[in-house]
Amino acid sequence: MEPLMQFAPYTGWVFPNETVIEWTVLLAVYPYLTGLVAGAFTVSSLYQVFGFQRLKPVAHLALLTSLCCMLFVPLPLLLHLGHPERAFNAMITPHLTSAMAMFGFFATFYVVLLMLEIWFAYRPYIVEQAQKRKDFLGKVYQLLTLGSYDVSENALRYDRKWVFWLAVVGIPGAHGLHGYVGFLFGSLKSREWWSSDLMPVIFLFSAIISGVALLIVLYVVSCKLRRVPVDLDCLKGLAYTVWAFIMVALVLEALEFANIVYKGREGVDMIIEFVSGPLLVPYFVLQFAIGAVVPLLLLSYMIWRGTTGRALVVGVTSSACLVLFSVFMMRWNVVIGGQEISKTGKGLLTYFLPFLGQEGALMAIILVLAPVVVLLGMIRLFPPWADDPIHAAHAAS
Amino acid sequence: MKINSNLSSAARRKFLGKLGLAATCTAAVAGAGTLGLAGAVAAKTESPPQGGSFPTKDYDWTKHQWAFGVDATKCIGCLRCVEACKNENHVPGNAHQFRTWVERYVYIEGEHRARIDSHQDPVNIKASGSEKEYRFADRYKDLKVEKAFFVPKLCNQCTHPACVQVCPVGATYKTEDGVVLVDEKRCIGCRYCVQACPYGARYFDEERGVPDKCTWCYHRITKGMQPACVEACPVGARIFGDMRNRESPVSLFVRNNRVQVLRPESGNGPNVFYVGIDKEVS
Repeated sequence: MEPLMQFAPYTGWVFPNETVIEWTVLLAVYPYLTGLVAGAFTVSSLYQVFGFQRLKPVAHLALLTSLCCMLFVPLPLLLHLGHPERAFNAMITPHLTSAMAMFGFFATFYVVLLMLEIWFAYRPYIVEQAQKRKDFLGKVYQLLTLGSYDVSENALRYDRKWVFWLAVVGIPGAHGLHGYVGFLFGSLKSREWWSSDLMPVIFLFSAIISGVALLIVLYVVSCKLRRVPVDLDCLKGLAYTVWAFIMVALVLEALEFANIVYKGREGVDMIIEFVSGPLLVPYFVLQFAIGAVVPLLLLSYMIWRGTTGRALVVGVTSSACLVLFSVFMMRWNVVIGGQEISKTGKGLLTYFLPFLGQEGALMAIILVLAPVVVLLGMIRLFPPWADDPIHAAHAAS
Repeated sequence: MKINSNLSSAARRKFLGKLGLAATCTAAVAGAGTLGLAGAVAAKTESPPQGGSFPTKDYDWTKHQWAFGVDATKCIGCLRCVEACKNENHVPGNAHQFRTWVERYVYIEGEHRARIDSHQDPVNIKASGSEKEYRFADRYKDLKVEKAFFVPKLCNQCTHPACVQVCPVGATYKTEDGVVLVDEKRCIGCRYCVQACPYGARYFDEERGVPDKCTWCYHRITKGMQPACVEACPVGARIFGDMRNRESPVSLFVRNNRVQVLRPESGNGPNVFYVGIDKEVS
């Protein structure tokens, strides 16, 4: 039987109760998934609300990705709770001064909004399949029509209106959800590494870049699997989006770090020792240098040189993979890193990540990959490809 | 026609009257229901009923305001308080979870900062020979010690507790008599409170799936007894009492000394008052 607790080795002076690191890798997976939700939604909104036509090939994929990630957001939390069977207490008797109490409401609101938007976006396709198919899936589509078979021009116009307004509401919804996750950490005054007004904004921008990067990877892989050429215009659009948002994310992170160092409050010595010691590789090398600066330079070079064709696809996709990695490292460095700096400001702890177990590395990997697996199924039910009849119909109208 | 219309208007008035009555009744029932529901929802944070004895027949928590004093100049680091607490409150017998602990600050000649440790330190555990027994190892015997002292720590039962603020379900709450408690039947085990406490006063009990912390032995003080650690302390370094009583040990302690609290900048309003601590204690 695995031990109930992992004790964290430490140096310096730490409070006795701190030698058990309470928030594990799952608490890093939670903001990571939430970030992907917000980021993917941003892409769909850029098309639906702001009319970025070149993002059309991924607009529906973005919605489905957002939903699939969102479905798994509560899971790392549930796996972490001491009493998961009481999770709904947070919704039945929420304690309104707690930042965490609102999670259930935000998440529910957002899932409902996403499902509605997807339903309206796919209604013509659902109706068509419900009428065409005679097999079991036909029955599923019939159920999904919710009894509405009207696909007249008028009805479709009405659908588009709904999609537009849901996307408009979804922008503050998705970004609020993630900014709120940043607030969960930023509002705690007990840890210097977390306690920052910039934290929600930093979370938000890193969320956006992770979501866009995920879509780049998903889109390129899906094109390869379907043996269709990658729409370079769309890919460039996504690359520009990532590029712009990385700039902001990097500046914000730099400002945040500069603030901590410059203010030099009590405990800053330990933070300096931490980032120049145990956190040097995960923070400066992996998160910043390899995960953010390299893709930024690579994308800048490609934009400057007007790279196109296969080189563009390879370059942008590799940058996207690096960004996805960087954002995970950011979550790790905040959640785990924050707990590795003692509240005493006079000691450092070391978190040990077990491979197996309820809160181990394997579980974290499964949780990160699970949305992609569900997305595979979702794509079969609701093909998001622009060359599908549904999109042709949309384009014609 | 006129009669008819009169009749119908009379009937309509009667009907509307009944409808109004029904609506009023429904509204009253719904209102009462909502109020009841709101009351139930807010129960965790609402003040207890004024007057009458609460929470038990023999104890009225509106009549007390508990406080704790620590005279660090008296503490000898014997750790009887820690062992008494572990026994009294069934705190797991390991070197990682404590409701109360004692810190040792040692200034060595030529060094500018204190060397700080507690009984949970591996060197001290080695000296005691067990994770369930505690003592301070004589680890500085070959060095020239300029100044040294012990500081007992425990939950500060803050006036504005960060742990209570962040609890998503209101499972951790502040009693009227000034103690922060955990409702183990409501807690979901998210550990946000453990993160929020700036003093490291909370630990998470994996077996029970809920956090635990010092309650100033609430089960004892509400029966007129002293907390276990106070009772076990052989030198009177721990002082406990009711601030409502001007002659209680803690009232006298606070009144007759220049006391300070830990991390006042946190805004939590801690209620453990210290005498004889140094700049590095936080």
